[in-house]
Amino acid sequence: MNALFVICGIGVFSLLAEVFNWKKWVTLISFIGICVAIGVLLLDWRSVSYYYHGMLFFDRFAMAFTGLILVISVFWYWMSVDFFKGVAHRTDKSALVFFVIAGAIMMVSFNNMAVLFLGIEILSISLYVLAGSDKENLFSTEASFKYFLMGSFATGFLLFGITLVYGATGSFNIVSIADVISSSKDLPRFVYIGVLLIMVGLAFKISAVPFHLWAPDVYQGAPTPITALMSTVVKIGAFAAFVKIFSVSFIRFSFSLLLFEQGLMVLTLVIANVTAVFQSNLKRMLAYSSVAQVGYLLLAFSSDNAHSSGTIFYYLTAYALASILAFTVVQIIENAKGSANISHFQGLLKGSPLMAIAMTIAMLSLAGIPPLAGFFGKYLVFTLSVSKGFVGLTAVAVITSLIGVYYYFKPIVVMCQSEGQPISISNSQKALLIILIFLNLLIGIFPDLIRIV
Amino acid sequence: MIPIENYIWLSTALFTIGVLGVLFRRNAIIVFACIELMLNAVNLLMVAFSSYLNDATGQVFVFFIMAVAAAEVAVGLAILVMMYRNTKSVDIDILNRLKG
Repeated sequence: MNALFVICGIGVFSLLAEVFNWKKWVTLISFIGICVAIGVLLLDWRSVSYYYHGMLFFDRFAMAFTGLILVISVFWYWMSVDFFKGVAHRTDKSALVFFVIAGAIMMVSFNNMAVLFLGIEILSISLYVLAGSDKENLFSTEASFKYFLMGSFATGFLLFGITLVYGATGSFNIVSIADVISSSKDLPRFVYIGVLLIMVGLAFKISAVPFHLWAPDVYQGAPTPITALMSTVVKIGAFAAFVKIFSVSFIRFSFSLLLFEQGLMVLTLVIANVTAVFQSNLKRMLAYSSVAQVGYLLLAFSSDNAHSSGTIFYYLTAYALASILAFTVVQIIENAKGSANISHFQGLLKGSPLMAIAMTIAMLSLAGIPPLAGFFGKYLVFTLSVSKGFVGLTAVAVITSLIGVYYYFKPIVVMCQSEGQPISISNSQKALLIILIFLNLLIGIFPDLIRIV
Repeated sequence: MIPIENYIWLSTALFTIGVLGVLFRRNAIIVFACIELMLNAVNLLMVAFSSYLNDATGQVFVFFIMAVAAAEVAVGLAILVMMYRNTKSVDIDILNRLKG
């Protein structure tokens, strides 16, 4: 809870910094602030409690996901220092990023539909602006506009769903909703429509197929640091919200919803993995890959609604670490060569081996090759779903992850070809790459370190 | 007293009109208006349920929705102005440069 205060406080500080001309301190204070927030979270670790009349609930689930969001934010801030170097709107960008993080924390710790709605909106509205923060660039503008249209469209569905559920149960508290649903004999029919509409609204936010159409365009058009933010912090927040609401409120419907979850999952796995094969821009390929990862998460969640959060936490950690490593390299290449086309990676192994190794580790982890973190993520998901008897669906997931191996190897193969000029990178970027490579290996080799939920 | 079903049908009709507008209209301003229509259909239904259930929390939620919708439109219109400056058009069919 105090971590949320610290994050909001830094956001407000960043806004004030514009007024009081403290601009040069913003980056430093933000970085220290996130570290303080992590420290505060660790102090709070043992105190599971409700806040604000039960609107926020920090249990182990919420704290673990908050911790994950904050740790990834530290790395995100580190990789995108250049994004804040420009003179224009430096403080505004910083403030918006902190509101995104605050929104994500609210989305993992809500205990009331109002907080879920506010969290999603605080996160989304800040992201609409950030996606368009490169104002002269037509692609950035287009990404921002598409994201805005799709995001507010999805919010409409989510709200209509929340309203119908409220009408049927008379409460916004997710635990009371679960109580009413499990105790009453004759629920009005529209509650089912409400639950499905909530699922549609959240499926837009986690970008599950067929509600993923915005994701590739927005990921490609937005500035690379913002793309990294969307595919890590935002995805963690959105998926945790999805898990929380369907494993707490609507647990009684889990059998009826199974069909929809599995439908989403199969479509996501097949369509995203197959489309990713045909991409020539690495940012767009990573967008499809991040859609595809949602399919594996949905497989874990649909297999066991109530007890899959540990597996999902591990999978999201592995995915976010690999993804932020990949985006760090993509950002350096894009700054050096103008775009993130896969052909620009040619000769990277000879030119700058550290970046080539980092990219290889990231791709192998996303593809699920042992001993990296992504392998154990997929292993845990597949064992969970097989142990619950979903053998056919697991077979689909295994086959699509083999398709995944093909497109994740494309940049690796290109990097090994021909000679290349070295690309100069700063010492802090080198340190970041080494730390992230180390973490990807560490969590892969010792998966028990983070199986805490 | 008017039965609650009537409110549900009215709101559903308004919401559907909003959804169809977003899907089929090409002018960005009208699309915005349709999104607002969707949110206001939700507001209407929320107030109706709140009164029907004798529970004030629904009405408080409506205030949240109104405030957030205002913020969303402010940001959305700013993005629209930015798009108009770059492309000199508010037709959403122009948005097709990002392709795979």
